Amino acid sequence: MTTLGTRPLDSFADNDQKPVGYGRMLRKEDPRFVRGLGHYCDDIQLPGMLHMAILRSPFAHARIVSIDTSRALAHPKVKAVVTGADLAEKGLAWMPTLSNDVQAVLATDKVRFQGQEVAIVVAEDRYSARDGLELIDVQYDPLPPVVDVRHALDPDAPVIRDDLEGKADNHCFDWETGDAAATQAVFDRAEVVVSQDIVYPRVHPAPMETCGCVADYDRVSGKLTLWTTSQAPHAHRTLYALVAGLPEHKIRVVSPDIGGGFGNKVPIYPGYVCAIVASLVLHKPVKWMEDRSENLISTGFARDYLMRGEIAATRDGKILAVRTNVLADHGAFNGTAAPVKYPAGFFGVFTGSYDLEAAYCHMTAVYTNKAPGGVAYACSFRITEAVYLVERMVDVLARELDMDPAELRLRNLIRPEQFPYTTKTGWVYDSGEYERALRLSMETAGYEDLRKEQAERRARGELMGIGLSFFTEAVGAGPRKDMDILGLGMADGCELTVHPTGKAVVRLSVQTQGQGHETTFAQIVAEELGIPPADIEVVHGDTDQTPFGLGTYGSRSTPVSGAAAAMVARKVRDKARIIASGMLEVSVADLEWEKGAFQVKGDPTRSVTIQDVAMRAYGAGDLPEGVEGGLQAEVCYNPENLTYPFGAYICVVDVDPGTGAVKVRKFVAIDDCGTRINEMIIEGQVHGGLTDGVGMALMEMIAFDEDGNCLSASLMDYLIPTALEVPDWQTGHTVTPSPHHPIGAKGIGESATVGSPPAVVNAIVDALAPFGIRHADMPLTPSRVWDAMQGHPLPPV
Amino acid sequence: MQVPAPFEYRRATSVEDAIGLLGELGSSARVVAGGHSLLPMMKLRLATPDRLVDINDLHGELGYVRVEPGEVRIGALTRHRELLESDELAAVHPVFRDAERVIADPVVRNRGTIGGSLCQADPAEDLSAVCTAVDATCVIRSAGGTREVPMADFYRGPFETAVGDGELLIEVRVPRRPRGSSAYEKVERRAGDWAVAASAAALWLDDDGRIADVRVGLSAVGPNTTAIEGIADALRGREPSEEAYAQAGAIAAERCNPVADLRGSVEYKRHLADELTRRALRRAVARCRGEG
Ligand SMILES: Cc1cc2nc3c(=O)[nH]c(=O)nc-3n(C[C@H](O)[C@H](O)[C@H](O)COP(=O)(O)OP(=O)(O)OC[C@H]3O[C@@H](n4cnc5c(N)ncnc54)[C@H](O)[C@@H]3O)c2cc1C
Repeated sequence: MTTLGTRPLDSFADNDQKPVGYGRMLRKEDPRFVRGLGHYCDDIQLPGMLHMAILRSPFAHARIVSIDTSRALAHPKVKAVVTGADLAEKGLAWMPTLSNDVQAVLATDKVRFQGQEVAIVVAEDRYSARDGLELIDVQYDPLPPVVDVRHALDPDAPVIRDDLEGKADNHCFDWETGDAAATQAVFDRAEVVVSQDIVYPRVHPAPMETCGCVADYDRVSGKLTLWTTSQAPHAHRTLYALVAGLPEHKIRVVSPDIGGGFGNKVPIYPGYVCAIVASLVLHKPVKWMEDRSENLISTGFARDYLMRGEIAATRDGKILAVRTNVLADHGAFNGTAAPVKYPAGFFGVFTGSYDLEAAYCHMTAVYTNKAPGGVAYACSFRITEAVYLVERMVDVLARELDMDPAELRLRNLIRPEQFPYTTKTGWVYDSGEYERALRLSMETAGYEDLRKEQAERRARGELMGIGLSFFTEAVGAGPRKDMDILGLGMADGCELTVHPTGKAVVRLSVQTQGQGHETTFAQIVAEELGIPPADIEVVHGDTDQTPFGLGTYGSRSTPVSGAAAAMVARKVRDKARIIASGMLEVSVADLEWEKGAFQVKGDPTRSVTIQDVAMRAYGAGDLPEGVEGGLQAEVCYNPENLTYPFGAYICVVDVDPGTGAVKVRKFVAIDDCGTRINEMIIEGQVHGGLTDGVGMALMEMIAFDEDGNCLSASLMDYLIPTALEVPDWQTGHTVTPSPHHPIGAKGIGESATVGSPPAVVNAIVDALAPFGIRHADMPLTPSRVWDAMQGHPLPPV
Repeated sequence: MQVPAPFEYRRATSVEDAIGLLGELGSSARVVAGGHSLLPMMKLRLATPDRLVDINDLHGELGYVRVEPGEVRIGALTRHRELLESDELAAVHPVFRDAERVIADPVVRNRGTIGGSLCQADPAEDLSAVCTAVDATCVIRSAGGTREVPMADFYRGPFETAVGDGELLIEVRVPRRPRGSSAYEKVERRAGDWAVAASAAALWLDDDGRIADVRVGLSAVGPNTTAIEGIADALRGREPSEEAYAQAGAIAAERCNPVADLRGSVEYKRHLADELTRRALRRAVARCRGEG
């Protein structure tokens, strides 16, 4: 991690740096966070509030024979116990998932994964609620579980989803993209074909704050207020209305400060529904906050793809085609959060950043006795898996061709003049200068010198590795003609009001989980209107106070809501211009906009500031013909296309030959996210994502034993990296604006998470080259590296 | 937040008081020292003691490192951090500082104690191997008096020690012998993680620079590896050499009994028992010679 001492001072913002618009600036929200004054769900205390705890299944697969709640109900502080049977009476035992599957709210017939919700206890305090769980007696009849995804479709595999009409196997869906025949033709004539099995293990977003809510049904007004850890408050409100039959105008969903989301807080979890039911029944506010183990074992996981990659090329290193066959583990219920037409998210970008002749993917998704989910964990809808696949395959090919992996990439990157570039799977990449970014990363890292050093070290028996990855992201979902979540289009609203004194309030539909929206969005409006960011209040997270939109995930906030914020500010500016023309008594065409003021062309002495105009908009006196008083506007931005950030990463590792322990020594990250709004926030996003990537590459995995017991139920077992595992990040950038985005911004939230795992793994595999190894699966713990050095790298399943 | 089951809580005001409370409450009571092993187990409801006797107010009586001419005395409530920071201790038994650098993280080290670590007797815990290697003795007190138990008898297997109901571990005594040094080597998956495997070695040279005695203890590679027998017999009287370390490593690998888990395969852990024992011996010898 970078220390203050080693960083050039100008890379920091200080309190005197107050850009009116884009630029380095301290985050507006940080004073409250660094003082511990953030207000999270668990900080909410309401009079008479009760506490809820959830009884969870100890088995991965079992029939529920009976549930006896009488002892729990006899506990003096227990107010209610609810089982699946109770919910079934209200028609609420099952709920839809984000992928049009159904998921049990509380199990009625069977439990289908360890940790599944079986019953709830509501009590006067959190301790009593938890004590009440111990007093519920459940009789289970254990069934054989499906744990190894490779056997989920065996003819004799136990059927998990017998709740679904006529379901006789564990098949979830099949999906394909690209052209199978054209790809086969290219493979048939290719000089070189290599294939490799690659696993992206199940990992967990593990946000610092676990999931939870406070449900408060007011029986006087008939209104339900739900404070909840949600990345998408509006989508949640509509879904509660559709699922529970509550009138939508009588539901208020509020996301207060959120302690990290990473996709974990996109789905609606059974606990939220149960807390709502409890509040409706008991007429009291009910709080539910899951504990760490519950978060790890039951909420949305990510990844879990078994991929067979194939790559076809000419002998001299022209990549011709990529093909892949994927087996996707979706757990017990298909809870993937992805646009409806994209059951595999945006995995279709597995063609990477290369100019190919053909590509094809076939995917089979199956049910297993594991937690549901498959959320975007900082992955832009499965792009993490796609980029990992192609970037590993390119390295596998480089080894086969005995070619430098940087050289191989340079030879195949899409060229600037080819943009907009339509990939063989139909994605239209908006803009890119790929070679420039890759060369910059190589210069920054001192690539040639590193290779020399590596040769010297190898001669001494040391294991040093250099790994590259080049990635293209696809973010900002998405155009409503193609993309919706459960029928809700992915356009974002935004409202802006400039008050008489020139202070402004911008209302967003997206919700921050730590990304700095209160700063970034104020800067976007500031850039358009010339009002200082400090004078712009950003309101978000409360459905009663903000316009409709689908929330924050898949790096969509700046690409979609950021565009909306710029557009709404321009709309306000257009109105201000008319008012200014009246004030200056010239025609609109005679006015020039200088950030923050309109001035008469050719006469800079005659001008009015945006603040003057605001006062006039509300003040006395006539406004120009047809102009209403006030200075506000609203828009709903429907993106024309996704945006495509990209980057080039280089990682250097040292592996201890005696123990297999990996040290990430150096990491260079060159990112291109188009227009840069606040450099500090961008760098923060990159640092976090890189750390995340190192975690996945080296240590993270949700593991199960053969009975389906989750072995990663605490942070002692599910490891996430600390400052000691990461090097001093070297970040840099190029700027290639998005041509269709109003401000050219592309989004940065997930670039580093997407781009870094392959760089780290490629570096480790490179270090192990003397052992003749071409691939080793994550997580590359010392043991797994050592196993690879012994010639038997094992897949993590 | 994970919440424990109901329990009663008493706070001892002196060692005498603690022993009195423990005697009075019998097997229903547990001592809480740093709480970094006991409280997580209570929160996960793996441990549900009816009563806790908190000894943290006894730091004045039980928190110390005293380096005396013939031995080092360490109070049972000495925190990991105090062991880590003691220059005096590092000068005579560097294995403690080696180990403490890689035990948990600063938050845990600020509270966790040597007494709690040894009494917890987790087979992956670091200090049991360290104390066994340096031939420590544990001082246990009860209402009936004080007894001294060498580490070999103190550690009775995973989560089992010589400390009985109504007893308190109060001190750890480590003898000082001339021309000796020690070292600790550990592999972990991440800073602050428990060991995948670790090796503690203490070694003494004779006047001619040959190995007079050597003791090795391993962590995380089986239920009873705090003392690896046979290494002293194989190495005594020999010149320190790579061959000697290799032989010690081979014995360590053979005598351990690891199980496969997410930390590593059996084969790997055996390999580490070997590799880390070699490294620890190499470093201990260098230190004996004033090179480390
Ligand atoms: C995140 C984390 C990481 C960790 N990593 C490591 C690691 O890498 N290596 C390692 O070795 N340890 C590790 N630990 C354990 C840590 O070192 C503990 O603090 C230690 O094992 C127990 O010490 P304590 O004082 O906290 O004991 P407590 O938790 O208070 O007590 C543990 C047990 O000992 C008993 N006990 C305590 N003191 C006495 C006494 N004086 N007499 C009789 N009985 C007593 C208690 O009744 C209890 O049964 C880790 C712990 C955590 C939370």
